[in-house]
Amino acid sequence: MGLKSKDLLTIEELTVEEISLVLDTADSMKEISTRDIKKVPTLRGKTVINLFYEPSTRTRTSFEIAGKRLSADVVNISTSTSSVVKGETLKDTGKNLQAMNPDLVVIRHPAPGAPKILADNLSSSIINAGDGAHEHPTQALLDIFTIRERKGHLDRLEVAIIGDIRHSRVARSNIYALSKTGAKVRVFGPHTMIPPFIERMGVTVCATLEEAIKDVDVIMMLRIQLERQGDFLFPTLREYSRFFGLDLEKLKMARPDVMIMHPGPINRGVELSPEIADSPYTLILDQVTNGVAVRMALLYLLIGK
Amino acid sequence: MLIIENGRLIDPAQNLDGIFDISVDHGKIIQVKPRERDGAGKAAGRRNLSKDLTIFDASGMLVIPGLIDMHTHLRDPGHEYKETIKTGCQAAAAGGFTSIACMANTNPVNDNQSVTEYILRKARHEGCVNVFPVGAITRGLNGETLTEMGELKGAGVIAFSDDGKSVKNSELMRRAMEYAKSFNLPLIAHCEDPDLVNNGVMNEGYVSTCLGLKGIPHTAEEVMVARDVMLSELTGCPLHIAHVSTAGSVWTIRDAKSRGAKVTSETAPHYFTLTDELVRGFDTNAKVNPPLRTGEDVNAIKEGLKDGTIDMIATDHAPHSLLEKDVEFDYAAFGIVGLETAFPLSLMLYTEGILSLPQLIAKFTVNPARAFNLRKGSLQIGMDADITILDLEKTWTVDVSCFKSKGRNSPFHGWNMQGKVVATLVGGKMIL
Amino acid sequence: MKQTGYKVIMDREDIDRILTRIAHEIVERNRDCEELYLIGIRKRGVTLAQRISEKIKGIKGGEIPIGALDITLYRDDLSEIDAQPVIKKTEIPFSVKGKKIILIDDVLYTGRTIRAALDGIIDLGRPQFIQLAILLDRGHRELPIRADYIGKNIPTSRKELVEVKLMEDDGTEEVILIEEGIDGP
Repeated sequence: MGLKSKDLLTIEELTVEEISLVLDTADSMKEISTRDIKKVPTLRGKTVINLFYEPSTRTRTSFEIAGKRLSADVVNISTSTSSVVKGETLKDTGKNLQAMNPDLVVIRHPAPGAPKILADNLSSSIINAGDGAHEHPTQALLDIFTIRERKGHLDRLEVAIIGDIRHSRVARSNIYALSKTGAKVRVFGPHTMIPPFIERMGVTVCATLEEAIKDVDVIMMLRIQLERQGDFLFPTLREYSRFFGLDLEKLKMARPDVMIMHPGPINRGVELSPEIADSPYTLILDQVTNGVAVRMALLYLLIGK
Repeated sequence: MLIIENGRLIDPAQNLDGIFDISVDHGKIIQVKPRERDGAGKAAGRRNLSKDLTIFDASGMLVIPGLIDMHTHLRDPGHEYKETIKTGCQAAAAGGFTSIACMANTNPVNDNQSVTEYILRKARHEGCVNVFPVGAITRGLNGETLTEMGELKGAGVIAFSDDGKSVKNSELMRRAMEYAKSFNLPLIAHCEDPDLVNNGVMNEGYVSTCLGLKGIPHTAEEVMVARDVMLSELTGCPLHIAHVSTAGSVWTIRDAKSRGAKVTSETAPHYFTLTDELVRGFDTNAKVNPPLRTGEDVNAIKEGLKDGTIDMIATDHAPHSLLEKDVEFDYAAFGIVGLETAFPLSLMLYTEGILSLPQLIAKFTVNPARAFNLRKGSLQIGMDADITILDLEKTWTVDVSCFKSKGRNSPFHGWNMQGKVVATLVGGKMIL
Repeated sequence: MKQTGYKVIMDREDIDRILTRIAHEIVERNRDCEELYLIGIRKRGVTLAQRISEKIKGIKGGEIPIGALDITLYRDDLSEIDAQPVIKKTEIPFSVKGKKIILIDDVLYTGRTIRAALDGIIDLGRPQFIQLAILLDRGHRELPIRADYIGKNIPTSRKELVEVKLMEDDGTEEVILIEEGIDGP
């Protein structure tokens, strides 16, 4: 048992069995975070490097805590202060890091395919913490873990993903993860933000918010990036929140037991009204807690041997 | 003096296809004679004209006019680390090309006499094939001011193009066409609407959706093709559309031609052999502009080649170094090298039954020569002895490390090809 | 599926008798049973802990709480084994701080599993003491570990395998000794 590859780059390449293994392992890891001494010695002496080319608080902190709870030595490299500013290529940065023998490198990068460059050139294990709009596999894994924890299963569930699908790595990874585990996915957002031929990924494109959230088990709201306004993708935040954001009124169109998720950070009042953000409908904080457990599971499965 | 005997000569300009003996002297074709079968080994009608005589036995081989590439980037002056006139010509010869037209997007841009003269001088000294410079339409490729087209013509350019960029301002493009008409030279249009391209890095389609890469819609090319053919009709200026890649471009050009517009067009081999599926895996050798399109576009390109909508095949040879290509897909430069693989790849059109051999050869010889008024592309008596000899049966595997070009950025590495250039002659001199 | 090459060293009655004896020994040594807690090492240690707990209840009355410990994350030999072991959850529904813990496992061999288990328990808190009860001691200790309650001492050679089968986990009830290289049933 174990993961087939030395790296975790995409959900697309994972089998259903591997996904189950990650979720089951995460389940066991969760308990460690509830102890007084939140540490086990499993990855003692292993080196984990967080190489983040994009700013991130929650994902990086989540990986850092995950590594430390397994007793690994975690090093953070944030590129605003590093050799990258001096013009070093990713490949060179990777090779230099490899020369220091890390066991695992976590990389977040704005260009799709960047983690693959590291995976091909380094013998260390590589985890993709987000590559441009391509994939964010650990987010999807913690999302489906959270759903499975609440619902007991994933197959036959209906999940709606709402927002800027076109630019969302969270959407892509979740579409793969949910489809592989038997859930059915709907997407909704302004037409400018629905990428072409997305139905071929096995999802249903909804024309209205009602169609998207009616009778659905889970609603995943995506974060809208303000910069997209300049790209002519939507006119104003006001319009966006009126027609594509969620509030308690619109939520009446969904089932009373619906669960709301968001990868964070939330734009309060845009994707989610403050009432919803603070309501018991949302699993946002569970997602964060589970993020640590899932990342612990991945670190163990990739380098715990 | 050289005699190439026993080869199958196909010269579409003269409608020849048969076993011929070709005699070459002082760099020119002096005789083209059909071989009469007259028994074992003895050549009928061979005469000893001089003591200095070489016989090249081309039995079982294909002999054709030297290939012409209307679209090459030699990178010289300015980016000699990517390619020089010398290495670019060597690559051309290796691919069977005896004449190449080099685009103006060098550094400095070829928008004035000095750069044109530099290119021609360097080509005379160290280039082993004929080099025909293409001058820029706008100064520095700035899209704002016209170049001195009269001066450029005098210096030796054969056409004008801002290739690498499109001319966004429609009024400027109109006037450029009208002005070029005064000097009787065609414009070569690189058709893309930069706003629709919007920093895209691959074709916009299902693959770009899966990969999260920014897509370039096929319409970005098509709106400019439509604009440019209509401006050509308005002005009467001959227009050549570079690197056609989409189905929509093909039918727009077909439509314009049916109305009698003076439009010619070219495509490159990667547009009829590859699709955007190749981008999965983020190999930067699949990053090219215009981008690799879908299977439907590939079929339309093949149809266009078949019915003559697409007159020529040109390589768009675009060498880059590892610096530009061994990086993340988003940051990599666009471009593929093509001189050394173009003809064998194009032979697939023949083996697939889409073009006959003469039709295929015409795309590289008589068609470009006619459109650009070059006294090349045919083996008529008195013309320069630019000849390419091929072994159509020979199979080989593409190995980029063996390329004569400095550029190794080819998506065809490892491909099994059938058909290899055996000899390339320029002005009667055997280069390869 | 050969019959030769392995032998049954304990049968259902042996096991039951041994567990009864161990339960009595535990009660005897620990007069004050109210504060006793059992922790079984996954997975068969947990089954044995459940049975011992039942037996103690039969002797003295009162529930003895049981916890299940997964030691995978504490093993010192993760890099040596080929297949990565699947982690199961540690489920100990009581705080170990200040408690009298009886640690229970099926076979005591090199002692490394027990060392890992001790680390695992102490990471959860500081017990008053930990005593060790095992069904079978097969010798060949590599660490200075000894059991407080031993079901049976059986000398073995390193080439042999000991397999414990319990009804709840395996569908049969026996302990077998296998010569290495021979298929068991």
